[in-house]
Amino acid sequence: METYCDPKDLGAFSEIGKDAPELANKFFDYYAAVFAEGALTEREKALIALAVAHTVQCPYCIDVYTRACMEKGSNLTEMTEAVHVATAIRGGASLVHGVQMRKIAERLSL
Amino acid sequence: MSSASPAIRRHVSSETVEPVQPFDGNLARHGLSLVRGKTRTLQVNVGYLCDLICRHCHIEAGPGRREVMTRETMDDVVAYASRVRFKTIDITGGAPELAPGIQAFLARLSPLTRKLILRTNLVALREEAASGLMQSCREMGVALVASFPSINTSQADALRGKGFWGKSIEILQDLNRLGYGCPGSGLTLDLVVNPAGAFLPGHQEQAEKRFKQHLERYDIVFNNLYNFANAPLGRYRTWLEQSGNLDHYFKTLFERFNPSTVEGLMCRSLISVSWDGALYDCDFNIAAGLPHGAAKVHVSSMTGYPEEGVGIATGDHCYACTAGAGFT
Repeated sequence: METYCDPKDLGAFSEIGKDAPELANKFFDYYAAVFAEGALTEREKALIALAVAHTVQCPYCIDVYTRACMEKGSNLTEMTEAVHVATAIRGGASLVHGVQMRKIAERLSL
Repeated sequence: MSSASPAIRRHVSSETVEPVQPFDGNLARHGLSLVRGKTRTLQVNVGYLCDLICRHCHIEAGPGRREVMTRETMDDVVAYASRVRFKTIDITGGAPELAPGIQAFLARLSPLTRKLILRTNLVALREEAASGLMQSCREMGVALVASFPSINTSQADALRGKGFWGKSIEILQDLNRLGYGCPGSGLTLDLVVNPAGAFLPGHQEQAEKRFKQHLERYDIVFNNLYNFANAPLGRYRTWLEQSGNLDHYFKTLFERFNPSTVEGLMCRSLISVSWDGALYDCDFNIAAGLPHGAAKVHVSSMTGYPEEGVGIATGDHCYACTAGAGFT
C-alpha cells in the first residue's frame, strides 16, 4: 500500500541538494559538525537526537537514531529514558499552558 | 561534505542505497586487490566446543560440538611454529579453555613466540576442564583477550545466556587479582566487544573510555578494548535471516566500506589453522569453508611462511572487516 512515508525515501535524502546544492552542503556540513565528538560524546548526542526525533515525530529520524544509539553503546533502558524526557517536556509544555487557561478563565469569570 | 560521519550522513552520501556487490568486484571497483603480505601471526582454532551458545557466533560453537583439535594436530602445530617463527600465536575456538590438552599446548608454544594470546569467553575459565588455566597463563605471561559484549546486563545476557554478565564480572576481578590488566604487571587483559544485534560497532576509543569508567565501579581494570563488527556467518547469519535484518545489514556494511582498511586487514598477515589442521586465511573463512590457497593444505606440510602476494579467499562476509575502522 502506498504511504506518504516510505523507508526508502531516506536513501534519497541527498536529492534535496539537487536544486539548492550550496544550501544543502552548508546544512549537511553543519549537521556533521554538530554530531561530532565535542564537550558531549557522540553517544550522548545520539540520545538527545533520539529524544528530539520523538518530539518532532519523525519516523526517519527515529529509525536512524535508534540504530545510532545502539551502535554507540546505549542500551534500551537509556533510550527509553531519553524518550520519557521528550515526553515529559512535551506533556509539560501543554500542562504549563494551563496556567494561561486559568488566568483567562479567572478574568472571564464572576 | 564534511569528513565527520553522523548517522544521517550515511543516508545522504549516496544517491540511493546501492545493491551489495560481490566483495572482489567491489575491491576491483576501488582499484584494490586482497593479497597476502608477510605473515606474522599464527592463529589456531582448537575447535568448536564451547560452554556457551552465543547468538552472534560465526562458527556456531557450543557444548554439543565434537570438532576439537587432537593431540596429534597440536603436535603438528607446535612443529610448524618451531620450523617457522611467528611474532604472535593466537589461540581461539570455540572456548579454547576447554580443549583437552590446552595447558600443555600453551606451554609448548610459549617459548616459540614473542606473544602468545589466548581468547576467552571468561566464564569457561571457571569450568572444571579449565582448572588451573588462569594461574598457568599468568606464569607463562599469556595475553588474554576476553569477549565481553556489553556493560549492560540484559544486552550481555541476551547475547550469551542468562547470568553471563555477573559471572564475567567476578572472573574479571579474579584476573585482576592475578595481575592481569594491572599497570606494570606485564600481563595483558584486552576486551573484545561485538554489537548485540543487527548494527555495527561505534567508535572504539569512545567505547573503551566508557567501558573503563563503568568497570571502575567494580574495581576492574583492563588494557585495551577492541570493537568489532559481527561477521554475517554461522549462527549470526541465521539470526539475521530469520529476523529479516540480513539485507539491511549487508547494505549497511556495503555503504560503510572503507577502502583504506584493506591494506591493514588481519588476513594479510595471519594464517589460521583449523581444528583439523587445515589452513585458512582467517577464522571467518574457516566458518565460510574457504581454505587458504587453491586446495586444502595441512599444517604438517608447511615448510615456511605462506607465500607473499598470493590472493586471499573472499566472500560477502569480508565486508564485516572493511566497514568503518575495519578489522585489523
